[in-house]
Amino acid sequence: MNYEDLLHQLATNDQRYIIITAENRAAIRTLPSKIENQFLDTGITEQTMVGVAAGMALRDRIPIVHALATFLTMRAFEFIRTDVGIGNLPVKIVGAVPGFLSDANGPTHQAIEDISLMRGIPNMKIFCPADEDDMLKGLPKVFTDESPFYIRYNNQKPLVEHEDFKIGKAEIFGDGKDIAILTYGFLFNQAYQAKELLEDKGYNVRLINLRTPKPIDEDAVLNAANDCKLLVTLEDHFITGGLFSILSELLLKNKQTADVFPIALMDKWFKPALLNDVLEYEGFTAKQIADKIEIRIKS
Amino acid sequence: MNTSRRENSKTMTKDEIKKLQDQALRVREHIIRMSGNGGCFIGASLSCADLTVYLYNKFLNTTKDNLQDPNRDYLFLSKGHDVPALYGTFVELGWMEKDRLKNHLKTNDNIYWHPNRNIPGIEFHSGSLGHLLSVSLGVAIDCKLQKQTNKVVTIVGDGELNEGSNWEALLVASAHKVDNLCIVVDRNAFQANMPTEDLIPLEPLEKKFEAFGCSVKRINGHDFEEMENAFSSFPFDKNNVSVIIADTIRGKGLPSIEKRADRWFVNFKDEEVEALLKELHGVAKAELTSETLTVR
Repeated sequence: MNYEDLLHQLATNDQRYIIITAENRAAIRTLPSKIENQFLDTGITEQTMVGVAAGMALRDRIPIVHALATFLTMRAFEFIRTDVGIGNLPVKIVGAVPGFLSDANGPTHQAIEDISLMRGIPNMKIFCPADEDDMLKGLPKVFTDESPFYIRYNNQKPLVEHEDFKIGKAEIFGDGKDIAILTYGFLFNQAYQAKELLEDKGYNVRLINLRTPKPIDEDAVLNAANDCKLLVTLEDHFITGGLFSILSELLLKNKQTADVFPIALMDKWFKPALLNDVLEYEGFTAKQIADKIEIRIKS
Repeated sequence: MNTSRRENSKTMTKDEIKKLQDQALRVREHIIRMSGNGGCFIGASLSCADLTVYLYNKFLNTTKDNLQDPNRDYLFLSKGHDVPALYGTFVELGWMEKDRLKNHLKTNDNIYWHPNRNIPGIEFHSGSLGHLLSVSLGVAIDCKLQKQTNKVVTIVGDGELNEGSNWEALLVASAHKVDNLCIVVDRNAFQANMPTEDLIPLEPLEKKFEAFGCSVKRINGHDFEEMENAFSSFPFDKNNVSVIIADTIRGKGLPSIEKRADRWFVNFKDEEVEALLKELHGVAKAELTSETLTVR
């Protein structure tokens, strides 16, 4: 089962689904021939595609729209905010190659403010799967939720088998009290390996996979803030508006404080290169992450 | 032109035309009453009032009782600030209590400067220009996918056509042969602050739409017979989007504000509103002392 198989299965069983793309077919290449009447390609038109999806949702369809995350969330931002957001319509917005996954494309293709933009829209929820297994577990629930949803598409190979998915519920690995690593999406695999490296050095580590940064699992985050000496936020996103901001807002709202170490893109676009080289260059490999955290906790 | 029109036309009786004219006059009264106590976008509302009256009385199958029916016809008001014309029409159709218009701009209701779905009959909110062509396109495509015969009408402003998203949506509409979509341009020849042709010229507008694959008719948007002739031949061509460019007059019905760039948005004093109601009925020209406003 992959993403395309899942859409095929869901669409076949439920005529409300309509799969729409702004000529981004990478993840859905064989669907047109399989579900002809539930597939629509609007061409390179992110704005029109989102408007069309809103119109279809008005007629009780569940539109799932596809484009590169950067063009979808920014070129079509006002259509998402104004048509889908104000309308509170159950349009499912699937952004391809978000964060580091745009690897060698360059800054035009780097969706590293997408979480910030999408979470500012009332009613909008966000799903950032850690890998293909997480994505396939989450999507059936995300697609049938009545809210608009932004999905950071991520089909990387899983390192772990994920537990059942619930919107607003984080997946927690370990109950360590030295360090809690909070992350979402693609960097989960690096975080998982960083946890092992730190544990080899004797630290007790908790890893929190925040599957839906909005709605955030407040209990998981606040418990970690209470229990752990250091909170690490790890994200392939600008430091502004993403997980570090979400955590800061949550702590303030609850009159709590914590020692927080943010690992994010500090007000700059990342070096375009092949994915593994990007991680190495920007300091986001598991080893680099573990080393940074160790230096920080010793300081 | 008249000859060919008559040959193709589905004619209306004089009584039918008079009935529409009378209703449009009452809609204009409602609009004028909304032009005080905070005001409204009176110019565009008056320019499209005859269109909304015609469409709901003669073209759309929509009634008070089928507003949730997936087989109903749809009307989308894309430019949005002409919504007083729609509210006035809804009152005349009996969809909305007349007294409710007194809630215009009040927090106890949802009758404000742009349309929203809290008002029965409003299909979608608008206000940000260049959105509803794509939203209505989604509705129209879905109607076709569901093998339904609904008509989908979208009224766009001419100034609104500056927005590129309209032309993007037209490309997609033509590609998908969306012949159940009828775009009506309220061609009042003004945008917010000046005539369209003085800022971003649109003419020759028919050719622009035709170049995007649409079938186009151009009519006088205040003449019910011309509307009947054009709309009764919808869709103009199978497989094409139909476009009706309705030449209208901004502020139509009130000579003291007609075609005046500075009377786009107005907030009149009570006595001016009363004087304008008299002017509408041809009693006497209103004397207007309120400041002219440009919101944009």
